[in-house]
Amino acid sequence: MKKTKTKKYIFSKGIDDYFTGVNNAWKFVTLFFKEVSKKPFHLREVIHQCFEIGLKSLPLITLTGFIVGIVFTKQSRPSLEDFGATSWLPSLIGIAIVRALGPLVTALICAGKVGSGIGAELGSMKVTEQIEAMEVSAINPFKYLVVTRVLATTITIPLLALYCSFFGLLGSFINVHAQETSSLLTYYQNAFSSISFLDIFASVAKSIAYGFTIGIVGSYKGYNATQGTRGVGKAANQAVVLSMFLIFVEELFFVQISNWIRYF
Amino acid sequence: METTQQHTIMKEEPVISIRGLHKTFGNLKVLKGIDFNLFKGENVAVLGKSGSGKSVLIKIIVGLLKPDKGDVFVLGKQVDKLDRAELDTLRLRIGFSFQNSALYDSMNVYQNLAFPLTMNVKNQSKKDIDDAVNEVLDAVGLKDKINQMPSDLSGGQRKRIGIARTLILKPEIMLYDEPTSGLDPITSAEIIELINEVQQKYNTSSVIITHDLTCAKNTGNRIAMLFGGKFIKDGKFEDVFESDEEHIKGFYNYNFIQ
Repeated sequence: MKKTKTKKYIFSKGIDDYFTGVNNAWKFVTLFFKEVSKKPFHLREVIHQCFEIGLKSLPLITLTGFIVGIVFTKQSRPSLEDFGATSWLPSLIGIAIVRALGPLVTALICAGKVGSGIGAELGSMKVTEQIEAMEVSAINPFKYLVVTRVLATTITIPLLALYCSFFGLLGSFINVHAQETSSLLTYYQNAFSSISFLDIFASVAKSIAYGFTIGIVGSYKGYNATQGTRGVGKAANQAVVLSMFLIFVEELFFVQISNWIRYF
Repeated sequence: METTQQHTIMKEEPVISIRGLHKTFGNLKVLKGIDFNLFKGENVAVLGKSGSGKSVLIKIIVGLLKPDKGDVFVLGKQVDKLDRAELDTLRLRIGFSFQNSALYDSMNVYQNLAFPLTMNVKNQSKKDIDDAVNEVLDAVGLKDKINQMPSDLSGGQRKRIGIARTLILKPEIMLYDEPTSGLDPITSAEIIELINEVQQKYNTSSVIITHDLTCAKNTGNRIAMLFGGKFIKDGKFEDVFESDEEHIKGFYNYNFIQ
């Protein structure tokens, strides 16, 4: 093959590649919004993915939420005891879990479990030409593989976050109950007494954003995987790292916005 | 490769017609002005070294890659000018058999075969789908593998299921990408036989991309030799390999067919 003259870069290879990557990611996200409203909706596949992502993550979320509740209660008790304010423990834990820990812990676990799974699965399909096979069978692979998975993470992760918060509070209750006798109902009433509608709304809203981020990042990395099996590993790894980073950035953004609304 | 059949074929309108096709990847010019015709009912074997652009050619035909320059007409439609819906309609008439079969790992054989049908044909009953799956499995001789996962199949069986998956939509054109690569001689012979059976039974026109001369000789009514981004020879197997052209001689000697 005859080689043509060497390609010129606008800035340098690294800078050009970075901006090309950002542009490609942006196109990927806009393509999602373009395709999501078009038929066919592949509802069966969305439900299947919700089952794969949601139901199969339940044991891990249950255990982690429970442990987070216990640990956070154990860590907070000594400080509150110093001020003779242990009666505020349910409120403190309620606010911490519902506002921040429940959604954040769920998102981080799902970024690791679900995001890497999506990245690896789509990456493997890409390098073994399964995505091209769908394309030539007149099936839109973006719609069937990406849209369904992103919808499934966007739907299930808020539900998992609420579930995680519930079990976090349960773990906290067990720890409180072990120290001083208290009923579950009283504990939950105390915990929710300091939680407003805005807290629940913000918690669900950011979980939706986390779910979307995990789905879209995992899909983007997997769908654009190259370099064979090495590329599959890289896609799975990058899906986790990038989605975790974006989750923290989003957390910061949501805290700022909700505080602004709260004190407005 | 009967001569009479060849003459009959040539009178027909081409089902694939390519004029002045160019394709470049980065700095690498892969195709440099290719002209190519595939006539109805014809099997053409495209021969060439690895990296000579054979697979690129069929990926452009099916619309997976866009040409840089040139016209590609498939079944009367200019492929690179079609929108998504029109391209999908055209793709339903083309079967593409991948080099590594590209079976969906998460689905068993039945699901792999039923998938294109359930996604593309509306209002199909379960019985219709079962019948179609059984028909193509019968055609490739693997009816007993219906519930197996792709990972449980041998290389040859995977190729057969891959071909069956394309046949389920009853294509008019078949594109085979290296159908015998990575297979032992006996399994290769079975795949060659299957390609010929498919042409007879489904009345398809085929492009067979290969570097295996045995496959090319036994499946192709015509051989097209791709070298340096252009077709350097096109004709019947014997005519092509009578040439004194250095690259063609080298190719023949390397393959050493009896």
